[in-house]
Amino acid sequence: MSASSPSPVKRRGLGDHVILAAVLVLSVAMVAPVLWVIGLSLKDNTELMANPNSVFHPPYIIGNYIAIIGTSAVFRWILNSLIVSIGVTFGTLVLASLAGYGFARLEFPGRRVLFVIVLFGLAVPEQAVLVARHQIFSILHFHNTYHGIILPGLSNAFGVFLMTQYFRAIPKELDEAALLDNASRFKIFWKVLLPLTLPAQATLGIFTFLGSWNDYFWPLISATRKEMYTLTVGMASVQSNFAQSEGVGFLMAQAVFAGLPIFIVYLFFQKYIVTAVSGAAVR
Amino acid sequence: MSPARRRPRPIGSDWRNALFVAPYLFFFLALLVFPLFWGIWLSFHKADTFSDGPFVGLANYIRLFNDRVFLQSIWNTFYFVLLTVPTLAIVGLMLALALNSSSRLATVLRSLYFSSSVLSVTIVTLIWRIVFVPQFGLLATIYGWFGAEAPAVLSDPNLAMIGIALTTIWWCIGLPMMLFLAALQQIPVDIYEAAALDNAGWWRTLISITLPSIRRTFVLVLIIQIVLQFQLFGQSWLLTKGGPNNLTKPIVLYIYETAFRRWDVGLGAAASEVLFALILIAAMMQYLTSRRQEES
Repeated sequence: MSASSPSPVKRRGLGDHVILAAVLVLSVAMVAPVLWVIGLSLKDNTELMANPNSVFHPPYIIGNYIAIIGTSAVFRWILNSLIVSIGVTFGTLVLASLAGYGFARLEFPGRRVLFVIVLFGLAVPEQAVLVARHQIFSILHFHNTYHGIILPGLSNAFGVFLMTQYFRAIPKELDEAALLDNASRFKIFWKVLLPLTLPAQATLGIFTFLGSWNDYFWPLISATRKEMYTLTVGMASVQSNFAQSEGVGFLMAQAVFAGLPIFIVYLFFQKYIVTAVSGAAVR
Repeated sequence: MSPARRRPRPIGSDWRNALFVAPYLFFFLALLVFPLFWGIWLSFHKADTFSDGPFVGLANYIRLFNDRVFLQSIWNTFYFVLLTVPTLAIVGLMLALALNSSSRLATVLRSLYFSSSVLSVTIVTLIWRIVFVPQFGLLATIYGWFGAEAPAVLSDPNLAMIGIALTTIWWCIGLPMMLFLAALQQIPVDIYEAAALDNAGWWRTLISITLPSIRRTFVLVLIIQIVLQFQLFGQSWLLTKGGPNNLTKPIVLYIYETAFRRWDVGLGAAASEVLFALILIAAMMQYLTSRRQEES
């Protein structure tokens, strides 16, 4: 191997170039399906049926997107998804912050045992409790309601685990000083510690929102009426009339339209999402 | 744990302090712990939607393991995990190695590879259905350029699961890449500087420095992906409905069809307990491996 190179760290070998070439080829495979779908969404259906290759050349039309505004239930589903995701995210942040503070900072009978039980909850997959949970919600008449879709998300143990870890990492001197000032436990939590946990709140909030927005199984079995569908379930339901009267172009326009909100969220919060993911990895 | 590690309690124990954890515990007990035990109870009963029928002992489990479709679904799940998890780990590592720089191109490609992960399973399957669909799909079009006819991937018994695996890899590749990138950035730069002074080539550096340093992350990625891919449902349900011939039906889809389509709730509960046991074994493996790593 050559002995001299300008920077010992930045030196790139043949292997790096081979890998980079492979990565560039792969990225075509990443993008092509999406471009294909966008292309189809901009084509008139009869033209598409006559010649599939017509997607590669104009005329492109936005008629399929205009048709969504008039006929599609997509708006209602987006609204439902928003209500559900915001509900789950807000509820999780409140519950996990309170519990995280309690487990990390306070003493009460049974604290250790309870925390271990909650940790065990992390190992329970959703599918292990779905059948019984569905039965319970049937008895309570919770199906096809917003709270019926929101409530199961609030039992997730991950948030409590994350917040407990975070509260533990804050120096104890802070609350001890506040305690000397005769502040109440809740005031210490609310005024002193909670503002310090904002980065963790952002991480947990992003994860919870994405997870809830994209959740498919629970809304599928709980929201069975069309007007209560979340966007994920709704888009699944239109797939069954694939290539029927409505046409591929219209279907693809709906797909693009339905993917857009979360994609915009991704573009906006990209930095936070990446930090959240890598932060969770280092831990 | 040694008694020396036990800290003296700086703050007095008070039951009122438990009020902070009580709200979460309520949801945890009502929506996770209680259904978990009720699910086990249901699996020993002949239950349907509106009634919890008579106690039937192990009858549901016996029925389950005599059901060829269920056994097929266990095999399908393992096959799917085998197809996806190693690929995700290796391709994810490759991407991380290639894109671990602050150049503009690397930044753009990183967010490109992660962007598919934020889509929901329904959008992803909608996209891939239009790739695989015969005659005017993307695959058919590309084959057409070479005058060939593309296979009908999703209805071919040999290809259907591979099609689902490809869809899944496209969807999930972002997370392993990000985890590996985070690990690569933890490796101290001076090790590489020392290696460069020793005239170590690209390959040697990779084999003797980079890979050993991220061994823990590699195990972590494998375990996360095993647990995740074990729960395959949406891709199969939306792309193939489990067909052809139940060859792409995973355990979770079996549970869904049994409990929520045929309303054989007892049998569905039994199947979900089997899945739970399988995932617990995987989680236990994670615990044991991480323990061994810490000891060494």
